[in-house]
Amino acid sequence: MEPLLAIMAGFLFASGLYLMLRRNYVRVVIGLILISNAANLVIFTMGRLARGNPPLVATGETMPAEGFANPLPQALILTAIVIGFGLLAFALVLAYRAYRELGTVDVDAMRVAEPPYPGEKTVSGTPDQEEA
Amino acid sequence: MDWLLVLPLAIPLFFGVVSILARNNLLLQRWFGVLGMVVLLVVSIAILIGVRTQGILVDQMGNWIAPFGITLVADHLTAFMVLITAIMGLAVAIYSLANIDAERESFGYYPLLHILLMGVNGVFLTGDLFNMYVWFEVMLITSFVLLALGNRKEQMDGAIKYVTINLVSSLVFLSGVGILYGMTGTLNMADMAVRLDAVDSPGLVTTASMFFLVSFGIKAAVFPLFFWLPASYHTPPVAVSAIFAALLSKVGVYALIRVFTLLFVQETGYTHQIILWVAAVTMLTGVLGAVMQTEFRKLLSFHIISQIGYMIMGLGLYSPLGIVGSVFYVIHNIIAKTNLFLVSGVANRIAGSFHLKHLGGLYRKHPFLSIMFIIPAFGLAGFPPLSGFWAKLTLTIAGLDAREYVVVGIALFVGLLTLFSMTKIFAEAFWKPLPSDRPKPAAEVEGIPGVAGIRTMMVPIVLLAVMTVVLGLGAGLFINVSLDAAEELLDRTRYINAVLGDP
Repeated sequence: MEPLLAIMAGFLFASGLYLMLRRNYVRVVIGLILISNAANLVIFTMGRLARGNPPLVATGETMPAEGFANPLPQALILTAIVIGFGLLAFALVLAYRAYRELGTVDVDAMRVAEPPYPGEKTVSGTPDQEEA
Repeated sequence: MDWLLVLPLAIPLFFGVVSILARNNLLLQRWFGVLGMVVLLVVSIAILIGVRTQGILVDQMGNWIAPFGITLVADHLTAFMVLITAIMGLAVAIYSLANIDAERESFGYYPLLHILLMGVNGVFLTGDLFNMYVWFEVMLITSFVLLALGNRKEQMDGAIKYVTINLVSSLVFLSGVGILYGMTGTLNMADMAVRLDAVDSPGLVTTASMFFLVSFGIKAAVFPLFFWLPASYHTPPVAVSAIFAALLSKVGVYALIRVFTLLFVQETGYTHQIILWVAAVTMLTGVLGAVMQTEFRKLLSFHIISQIGYMIMGLGLYSPLGIVGSVFYVIHNIIAKTNLFLVSGVANRIAGSFHLKHLGGLYRKHPFLSIMFIIPAFGLAGFPPLSGFWAKLTLTIAGLDAREYVVVGIALFVGLLTLFSMTKIFAEAFWKPLPSDRPKPAAEVEGIPGVAGIRTMMVPIVLLAVMTVVLGLGAGLFINVSLDAAEELLDRTRYINAVLGDP
């Protein structure tokens, strides 16, 4: 099972990275979402996959019975999912605001903060043409 | 349980919440801003005194014993960073009174500032790697909003790049944490340090360390990973630029110093050599970028990158003197660099522009402001007796001791170029007569207009300039204190024993 999940995580990382190399910012955000899931999968896999009992402590005991599953990776992933959800929601809203303000989703065309130097070649074409 | 270490997190949270509750009363929010920073300053001085007298302070949250719960730890480095955070918070809160417009204030500028400091202090204080990730995110999300607050076109453009690259960095960090957890089965950094030594394949540990080098490298803005910084730092109001310049990239530097002195010391010949060369190239590219710029704040942004190189250089040398240099340099640089950003805001208020082409005549009309520029600028370039001189001297001696002549040569050459670009600002903005053909100043007065506003803005500038001078004149004392910090960092057993309890 571990090799399968490892390949899956690698595939998600690769797809996310590919999308992040696009000029269309919406695709970049989707790439971020994929990588965020890949990172969660890495934590899950690194936490060892084992068939264990629920980590519940019986009444009067101080430790759960032998053979319990490790609950910590799930707790970490849950935290990471919540944080990632907040950040990515912000990134999406930002993408929308930037589109409204700048009139483009092409990251190469966003040169307001860093205007081109005199004589510098700027990009031509739209991201939609590139990907058509 | 001692509550002292919780306070740097609780105080900003309290004032952040109170500021939100007072959202209709801007006056109250402003003074809560200043008051919160003063309280934070008092607490952080108490922490520094505690560390000086009792050694490393440790707090186990919820009274869970060490490797199971979350631990807050304050050693010398942490105490310094928390103190400097509070000082910068106070300086920027006072500056904000005159620099932040009512619209930004009503959209929650002050609560965000408090929570940003909470996140920064959290990274400094935590002794748990996953908890550090959480604090990083607290810091990031507030910085995202502060950067985009105001909705101007440049801000949107800068924020897109800043947000994207910092999210990537967080995800790399998170993957690294996951892999280290899989290798050691713990997240407590002290416990992890012990168990990493027992991992039977050191190559694997070094590979995992690269996740952290890349992730914190992005946050600290080192050589191939710095492009987000000059794209975004000049877009928000000056007060926001200043607090970002003061704290955010230094949090990355702190995290690098922490993990590469505590966790990843198995193959220092390999990892720290990479850090050393990254440092050299960072210094050089940063300063070359700065020399090219003609916009006040962009020029300073490139200087941040260049200065990060010096801070990392001491870590790369990995000798007691090198770490002393790094720690001293971080403190010196935060003060001087923030001050330069604050001065740029006053220059903008007076002359109506950030472009050196459109500035001029400031020396004739405002000689006092010019002196307040020269002190941090020459401090940054490393003029004796200002603080930058001693920081660079320490790093140079450490570099020569380690026989890294090329890196030392680059560091000194970069100092020369730093001086060059500082004199360029001085000649253009202060000496040159005010150009007559400049465009009309954009009537973009934020906060309190006029002379009263400039007076308010000068308060933190003078405060920080005095600190630069004091840090320079009393360098012996500060270097001795940094030496204690370096000894603590290099002798890992002290940190480990303090957290896990004496064996």
